[in-house]
Amino acid sequence: MKSAVIVFPGSNREGDVLRALKSAGSQVEKVWHAETELPQGTDLVVLPGGFSYGDYLRCGAIAGRAIVMDAVRAHAARGGLVLGICNGFQILCESGLLPGILMRNANLKFICHRQFLRVERNDTAFTKAYAKHQAIDVCVAHGEGNYTADEETLKRLEGDGLVAFRYADAQGHITQDANRNGSMNSIAGIYSEKLNVLGMMPHPENLIEDLVGGTDGRGLFESLVSSFSRAA
Amino acid sequence: MKARVTVTLKNGVLDPQGKAIEGALKSLGVEGIDGVRQGKVFDIELGTADKAQAEAQLKAACEKLLANTVIENYRVEIA
Repeated sequence: MKSAVIVFPGSNREGDVLRALKSAGSQVEKVWHAETELPQGTDLVVLPGGFSYGDYLRCGAIAGRAIVMDAVRAHAARGGLVLGICNGFQILCESGLLPGILMRNANLKFICHRQFLRVERNDTAFTKAYAKHQAIDVCVAHGEGNYTADEETLKRLEGDGLVAFRYADAQGHITQDANRNGSMNSIAGIYSEKLNVLGMMPHPENLIEDLVGGTDGRGLFESLVSSFSRAA
Repeated sequence: MKARVTVTLKNGVLDPQGKAIEGALKSLGVEGIDGVRQGKVFDIELGTADKAQAEAQLKAACEKLLANTVIENYRVEIA
């Protein structure tokens, strides 16, 4: 599998996601935001976390309109896989690849802690290494992760099974306490209609080694790589 | 030509920053504040002297970048 990690001015998690992809067995290339094309044969595009353009205007607003995003949109329209983590999720929402928006956390605090997520479905390219409704232990670090969408969009996301992850407790129960940023329906991540674009606020790339306290994030990267090794 | 674009949150969209400012004003003893909504103001210089053209350019600026119309409204004033 070939992955392209897009780097914007202010991205800062590209190194971690690159490492996670490599250790799962993917080839990885970094791509600067001013490029007009993705590397030949790109299977997966990753928009990493960070503070692109200093979060000026709105988080992800300027990066969402960067030159390279036309190529990312074309890749997604062809059915190519796109993963946006944290600021990457904000960029996906601002670029129109995913619906809704990430607002300031309801409690106004930057939150940075370990966080369990419930895997809502395990039949996608991103989650097949997990069990359905498994509680995975990853972490969050954001000030604007409060997922908000209009009623109709929310209904469509729920009705079509497009919620990827929800904030949960260690047993996988969806509780108010676990939803620390105030997201609607405890949404931590969503898919596009064709399930080929995933945006999520939490950081699976942080938890890929026992050395740093856990490996639950590995499954996401292993799912992606296994989708391609089987196809090849 | 100069213009001012004002971007505000749509009604019903939760505004935690506005709420925090409202709380701060109350704690400062400023009375009579029933609610605060935070928005953004952009002062823009335009090259054109044609008002219709300026309006079209500003509309494009708002729709493409300045406002996220999922949650925000915008208003354009040309000086």
